[in-house]
Amino acid sequence: MKKSLILVLALTLALTFAGCGNASGSGKDDPGVKSEGVMTYAEYAAAALDTEVTIEAYVQAHQSWWEKDGVGKLTVYAQDKDGGYYIYEMNCSKEDSEKLVPGTKIKVTGYKGEWAGEVEILDANFEILEGSYIAEPVDVSTYLGLDDLADYQNRFVAFKGMTVETYVKDGQSYDTAFVYNDDNSGERGSDLYFNVSLNGATYTFCVESHLCDENSDVYKAVENLKVGDVVDLEGFLYWYNGANPHITSVTVK
Amino acid sequence: MKKSTIILLLTLLPLLLLTGCHGSRGTQAFTMPKEFDTSAEYEITFWAKNDTNKTQTDIYKKAIADFEALYPNITVNLRLYTDYGMIYNDVITNISTGTTPNVCITYPDHIATYLTGVNVVVPLDNLLADERYGPGGSEVLFDAPARDEIIPRFLEECAFGGHYYALPFMRSTEACYINKTYVEALGYQLPDTLTWDFIWEVADAATAKGADGNYLVNGQSVMIPFIYKSTDNMMIQMLKQKHAGYSTEDGEILLFNDTARELLYTVAEHTRTGAFSTFKISSYPANFLNAGQCIFAIDSTAGATWMGTHAPLLDISAEQLADFETVVMKVPQFDPDDPQMISQGPSVCIFNKPDPQEVLASWLFTQYLLTNEVQIAYSETEGYVPVTSKARDSAEYQDYLSRAGEDNSLHYDIKIQAARLLLDNLDSTFVTPVFNGSASLRNAAGQLIENVTKSIRRKETVDAGYLEKLFADVTSLYRLDQKGPSAADRAEPGPLPKAALALLGALGLAWILIIIYVCREAVKLRKTRHNAH
Repeated sequence: MKKSLILVLALTLALTFAGCGNASGSGKDDPGVKSEGVMTYAEYAAAALDTEVTIEAYVQAHQSWWEKDGVGKLTVYAQDKDGGYYIYEMNCSKEDSEKLVPGTKIKVTGYKGEWAGEVEILDANFEILEGSYIAEPVDVSTYLGLDDLADYQNRFVAFKGMTVETYVKDGQSYDTAFVYNDDNSGERGSDLYFNVSLNGATYTFCVESHLCDENSDVYKAVENLKVGDVVDLEGFLYWYNGANPHITSVTVK
Repeated sequence: MKKSTIILLLTLLPLLLLTGCHGSRGTQAFTMPKEFDTSAEYEITFWAKNDTNKTQTDIYKKAIADFEALYPNITVNLRLYTDYGMIYNDVITNISTGTTPNVCITYPDHIATYLTGVNVVVPLDNLLADERYGPGGSEVLFDAPARDEIIPRFLEECAFGGHYYALPFMRSTEACYINKTYVEALGYQLPDTLTWDFIWEVADAATAKGADGNYLVNGQSVMIPFIYKSTDNMMIQMLKQKHAGYSTEDGEILLFNDTARELLYTVAEHTRTGAFSTFKISSYPANFLNAGQCIFAIDSTAGATWMGTHAPLLDISAEQLADFETVVMKVPQFDPDDPQMISQGPSVCIFNKPDPQEVLASWLFTQYLLTNEVQIAYSETEGYVPVTSKARDSAEYQDYLSRAGEDNSLHYDIKIQAARLLLDNLDSTFVTPVFNGSASLRNAAGQLIENVTKSIRRKETVDAGYLEKLFADVTSLYRLDQKGPSAADRAEPGPLPKAALALLGALGLAWILIIIYVCREAVKLRKTRHNAH
């Protein structure tokens, strides 16, 4: 029995490794391979606004579920190996939203739209497919302030070695490292805004409260930031009249 | 306790409970206390809306601090929102759990839905008439406006179903913010009164492109000549101006009519040329206007501080700003001789609570929001208008109005012009009927325009068949065929659901008493046996 057990364990291990190799290679779970009738990321990026698009991607995160006019909605940050997708208010029941954990593969059909510079998929429906993929963050620190940054829109990205600055908006200093809403008109639970600098230029980042609420680690971490802290940041490269990253983690160095 | 006493109690208690609950649903209706109890502590919550405007939140906080100084036994907890819809959703959720706020910024349409619960919202008729605690009453510790100093037109907007359910807090209307520089560059002169024909003609003209693919009027790759922020208002005002149906006072839906069809065909036509879009589809009109990418931006007068080259509040970077002359005009009209514009803006309602003293504390705070200190300060944050003649006619407010353009902050000219637009045209304003379902009808009116605009952009055909289906879909989505009565419409409420609950509660209590009795008897028995040993 012992010999049989060892054999079974050894075979299971071998098969497991073989399975892992397949997932990161060119098999059906390869995040770069698309089913028939599904757009590649390049095709999606080239598609005109207001046209119907069908994509396959992997959920990386989603905002809190809500109901609109009696219909369940979920806003999803998804990605394949070539690019990111922001799927705004996808039709989704509360029950299904709980299935969309990070890594879940989905096929989405909707319309490509643009709102304040953010390219997104609207009026979307989805189905869950077999497969899983979690994207590694891409370090885009060097692209900050450059047009090239837009190429990474909606992807999971990292900003490294950023220095926390006093929050300033429209020339008004708020004498603090962060504010609730971009003009400090909010309260705990509102979106958080904070400014960070790199190489002398300052940028505004956001903790989107529907994505990471006041109980999340990142929300609390930003509330504890001090001017002068040097931080590494990760998040999704959202766009609102320019880059407006939705930060999901902060590491104070 | 004797056995017979316990049996009597067990029999009587459920009966008493059932009797007490007969005919009652929800909290008891508010009755005015003889006087406000200053010896007890009251904590009330105030759900307020701001326009993502720090000054507004500061005014709320100062108002609370000043009020608490006058009434040290009342604590007001502020919860901030930036969206009326979120307040509405949260109130609905909290009605079912009995955790509504005490005081809430809201719209009458929303209150009509809140009234589907019995005694949820406090009718203000008696409070308004109270000589001691009513507006300007003898026991009110601050300089409140008298009832006749609340502008009657605005107060009436808060009355429906035969009762006042709110006080007005601020009033605004919609305005068209215009890039006059571009209008003239296209060869047009602004008329005295903006008309729909004029807007569509100029907007279509602005879609012309040069050989480089950029728009001729601004030399940029982006130009949406006409953007409407609130498409529900767009449809409602167009129908009103056309004297077409929308709804009756008692809630009959008239929206889906031939005039609405005509209007939607017009929207389709100008969406097809690229002349028109909406906030929901493209983003804030102010951002496009300020970037020189829009010529006619229609938004609330309460959004005036975001409009124009020199706007004090901006959502785009300074390098994106275009330099142009901004003009504020009434929303476009079909009949310039009979202008019609919506009256809107926040009102304040009070939620009922078991303790009438707590409700009275809420009422005192609500009145405080109508003092000159709050009214003038808040109205100056945006193109709002105070709701009391006491504030509007005050030297302080008149001085503020007279100083338009002195600076680009407090006296920003576009903001003051927007406020004047409402002050000068009060007789041309209107509101839509309020009933249970009127909030949904409003959404439906906007959805018609949103869907048509979206469909045209997606190269779909908008024809009679499309509109029939759209009307049916929107009716179904907003449940416009399922209107239920509100508490305001309803006669005596039936007792059944609460009575059933009371019965279950009484049965539960009876069982508890039985168990206590059995346990007690068991202990007695044990003691007897113990003593016998």
